[in-house]
Amino acid sequence: MFPLATPSIPDVVQSIPLQNYVLLATTLFIIGIVGVLTRRNALIIFMSIELMLNAVNLLLIAFSTYKSDPVGQVFVFFIMAVAAAEVAVGLAIIVMIYRNTRTIDIGFLNKLKW
Amino acid sequence: MLPIVLLSILGLVVLFLGFQKSKNLLLPATLLVLAIVLVANFLHWNDMPSLYFKNMLFENKFTMAFSGIVIFSAFLIVALTRGFVDDESAQPAEYYTLMLFSLVGAVMMIGFENLIMLFVGIEILSVSMFILTGSDKKNLRSNEAALKYFLMGAFATGIMLFGMALLYGATGSFNLTAIKGYVMANNAPSAMLYVGLLMLLIGMLFKVSAAPFHFWTPDVYDGAPTIFTTYMSTIVKTAGFAAIYRLLSGSFSGIYSFWWMTLAVITVLTLLAGNITAVYQTSFKRMMAYSSISHAGYLLLSLTALTNQSQSAIVFYSLAYSIATISAFGVLMLVAKETGVHSYENAERFEAFNGLGKKNPLLAFVLTVSMLSLAGIPLTAGFWGKFFVFSSAADRGLTWMLVIAILMSTVGIYYYFKAIIAAYMREGELSAIKVSPFYRLILIATTIITLVFGLMPDFLKGLV
Repeated sequence: MFPLATPSIPDVVQSIPLQNYVLLATTLFIIGIVGVLTRRNALIIFMSIELMLNAVNLLLIAFSTYKSDPVGQVFVFFIMAVAAAEVAVGLAIIVMIYRNTRTIDIGFLNKLKW
Repeated sequence: MLPIVLLSILGLVVLFLGFQKSKNLLLPATLLVLAIVLVANFLHWNDMPSLYFKNMLFENKFTMAFSGIVIFSAFLIVALTRGFVDDESAQPAEYYTLMLFSLVGAVMMIGFENLIMLFVGIEILSVSMFILTGSDKKNLRSNEAALKYFLMGAFATGIMLFGMALLYGATGSFNLTAIKGYVMANNAPSAMLYVGLLMLLIGMLFKVSAAPFHFWTPDVYDGAPTIFTTYMSTIVKTAGFAAIYRLLSGSFSGIYSFWWMTLAVITVLTLLAGNITAVYQTSFKRMMAYSSISHAGYLLLSLTALTNQSQSAIVFYSLAYSIATISAFGVLMLVAKETGVHSYENAERFEAFNGLGKKNPLLAFVLTVSMLSLAGIPLTAGFWGKFFVFSSAADRGLTWMLVIAILMSTVGIYYYFKAIIAAYMREGELSAIKVSPFYRLILIATTIITLVFGLMPDFLKGLV
């Protein structure tokens, strides 16, 4: 006997209502925003921003699957590629600051004030 | 779409020129590239509006005019760099290449037809600017500016992307025309569309530093090397406004009644925050940062109105603003280098201009014209820029906003005149500054353009 055909991935994704995906993505996004606004360590802020971007990716994939439209998933690839480039530059900036000040706490960055 | 292709390829050529021991070839090569791209940009001026790359990019007279402004500003700014020969730790090849690549992003932002292209364009421009802001590696102020710009920029990108995702969820497309079709067809669009549009707008307004999302601007503009501050305050802002205009007029003119009030409140806040804070600045460079916020407010006024005239109004305003800003920063760079020998702290304050008029009449005149243009005094391009913006707002009947804008532009006269007063009325020990002939030519050219457009504004207005 052949085993039952495995359900296709869109079917699996669609077994959960769209609303739940939106809620999950929004929650992740808000956790990211709160992290950016409250943390003092540049790396943790950076991680929070990545969390925001990944919340967007999740949302896009959920919409894309529900609409059976591949464009949303293509956008996710763009976001991942660009986020990688951004990480490279951002980490370089953080390393540069660490070399000059021996800290990455943004509270110590107060040279610019009016 | 020739500019995008040419800038990408020739940018690489400039990067490889950096392998040579002599760095003297880089500046003329970059200028040549920009001149070629500027010509290529206008090659299709008389063609019909058309779509490129599978409906990803759009080109018509408006986008060509805006790309032209951006490329021309870049040409002037690159000409003012003097090849970075003064600075031993500078890496001119990388700087010029990043400038050329960032222009690719700017042109994409101006001509986007698909939100994917908007995102990619903004990121190309922003990531290049993060690097250039932090290019003064040993300087803590530059470091700090780069980190602030980076964190705020990435944060804004996150918000903008979430907005795009919600718009996609609501309309099922990233294409501007398709979104417009959806907005037109559904009389009562979903809450998801509204929230998505708002978050997308917030992300974009972050990039053009509109209040209340402007708090990063003064620090970043102040800390970055002056030449890249010039680049940020002209090119990033111009491209950002073109993108917001394309977005609002291209897709969301159908639900004007929904977003105009939000944008109106942001406009008024921007005008108030920019102008009133600028009054209290002691540093000229920081004053210019707040001035750029206030000019964002005037441009937003025209976007809030969104009449048929808005298009040519923002083209004219961006050009007038960019040219005046470039010549103001051009003078500042020369003066700061001269006074910076004695004390680094005072190099960028208003007092640096003390006594400029006596020994350096040309520089003082260039500074005066650019300040007058930024303040919007008649016979300069800035006056007509403000006039067109205000008349488009008047057409829409936004009288209360107009009153605030005019009041704020009188406040603007106060702080712009502080620089002129320092140059002519105050005594100072500034000696005659040596200006290279080419640098002098660029400063004279920007001044002449400002005056010519001040006398004959119809020349440009009729084109677009």
